[in-house]
Amino acid sequence: MARKSKKGGKQKMEMVRIYIMGKEYKVPAGLTIMKAMEYAGYRYIRGAGCRAGFCGACATVYRKEGDYKLHADLACQTTVEDGMWLVQLPFTPANKAIYDMDKIKADDKTLVNFYPEIARCVSCNTCTKACPQELDVMDYIQASLRGDIAKAAELSFDCIQCGLCAMRCPAEIAHYHVAQLARRLYGKYVAPKARHLEERVKEIEEGKFDEEMKKMMKMSVTQLRKLYNARDIEPEED
Amino acid sequence: MDMGYYPGCTLKTNAKVFEDSLLKAFEKIGIKLKELNKWYCCGTVYSLATDNLMYRLAAIRNLIRAKEGGYEKLVAPCSICYNTLKQANLMAKSDEEAMSKINAFMDEEPDYDGSVSVIHPLEVIEAKLQEIKAAVKKPLGKKYAAYYGCLLLRPKEIAIDEYENPSIMERLIEALGGSVVNFPLKNECCGSYNVASNKEAVVDANYRIITNARRNGADAIVTSCPLCHFNLKEMQKEVKKVHPEFAGLPVYYFSELMVEAFGIEKEG
Repeated sequence: MARKSKKGGKQKMEMVRIYIMGKEYKVPAGLTIMKAMEYAGYRYIRGAGCRAGFCGACATVYRKEGDYKLHADLACQTTVEDGMWLVQLPFTPANKAIYDMDKIKADDKTLVNFYPEIARCVSCNTCTKACPQELDVMDYIQASLRGDIAKAAELSFDCIQCGLCAMRCPAEIAHYHVAQLARRLYGKYVAPKARHLEERVKEIEEGKFDEEMKKMMKMSVTQLRKLYNARDIEPEED
Repeated sequence: MDMGYYPGCTLKTNAKVFEDSLLKAFEKIGIKLKELNKWYCCGTVYSLATDNLMYRLAAIRNLIRAKEGGYEKLVAPCSICYNTLKQANLMAKSDEEAMSKINAFMDEEPDYDGSVSVIHPLEVIEAKLQEIKAAVKKPLGKKYAAYYGCLLLRPKEIAIDEYENPSIMERLIEALGGSVVNFPLKNECCGSYNVASNKEAVVDANYRIITNARRNGADAIVTSCPLCHFNLKEMQKEVKKVHPEFAGLPVYYFSELMVEAFGIEKEG
């Protein structure tokens, strides 16, 4: 975004106006919201993590001039625009059910029993509009409501738990906790078991690889490197 | 013939037997019920507060999904879903102001114009009685009391039949080779959601309705509503605690009778 100014040929940055909690700042165009806030002098103690769009720590809401919509995004993934009104949401209070995965069952009532408030969903779709991952949030809540654990797990797979859905929901649902339970139930009880994994774990527990491990522990780094480079790589299966 | 199909949550959970039997029976008479790609809980109770449109969003959104799927007709088997969707559709056709608000709120959806028609499977059956008669392999032979409850008949604007004295289900039963009994309480309320908060009301309703059917000679009750089905069937054991002399009756979905009469083998 840098450009040459007419006077003197020096590089001059293009600046945009942003408002952080109501106060105006001028920041270089092209920065992410997160960088722009740091440029303006704010320091992140909470509400920042991977800075790469994966951890979901930097939920942010903003409005743009002349636009009635309240936008929701991740501060590390969104570029500032001129006339943005910003605030960070470092945390979402959302109650999480307590359960023991070994003791609960996966049936069509499990999700609604742990999170009865999902029955309050009126299909307003506000959660879906708030999701920075562009998930079909309302659809996975609806799937949860009718006990379709597999569907809820599939639709919520890319959830990063930023909490924006829960913050916007008029029915006060904590969507991402529901989804996490759905994925846990799916993984433990619904999805087909990986037989080869079970067999390998059994082999390990029976000590099949103990000798080999002991041998390797005594090797020098050079020997290990040689062994590693000469290892067999299994052909990929279709 | 393909028709849009809105199952509703209960047909996917507590009333699985209703869905299974309905899909099989309809396939037998040449109708494929195609489940909407996406659908949402209908809202369960049609909100009577005319200024609270929030509770009508789900119903309208389902109708949009049906239209998007290219279905002119949407079949809703659960009486509650039928009632909610049908009333919402009526609003979509008649209340311009409400719809302009709903359309503005759901700005991610195309505007809805009320052009999908919501129908109950019994209305589909009405036009298929000849095919049904032809498909019967094991005529029913018993005596049935057809129970409609409230939600297929009220308010009268959305009634699937004559709202004071409906007879669609009786015509189906006769087409399946069964006989029907006179049943004055066929459109009496089963107690509905009182089952959650005021069980006595449901026990009382169950006692009156089942006893009335028995006195008129019925061998079984036939219904189309999962909540009526629950209140009439599962609550019989509660009735026995209050009225030890009470002799119950089996309760079936109309589609279970179709499957039986068509001689469709049960799976598994």
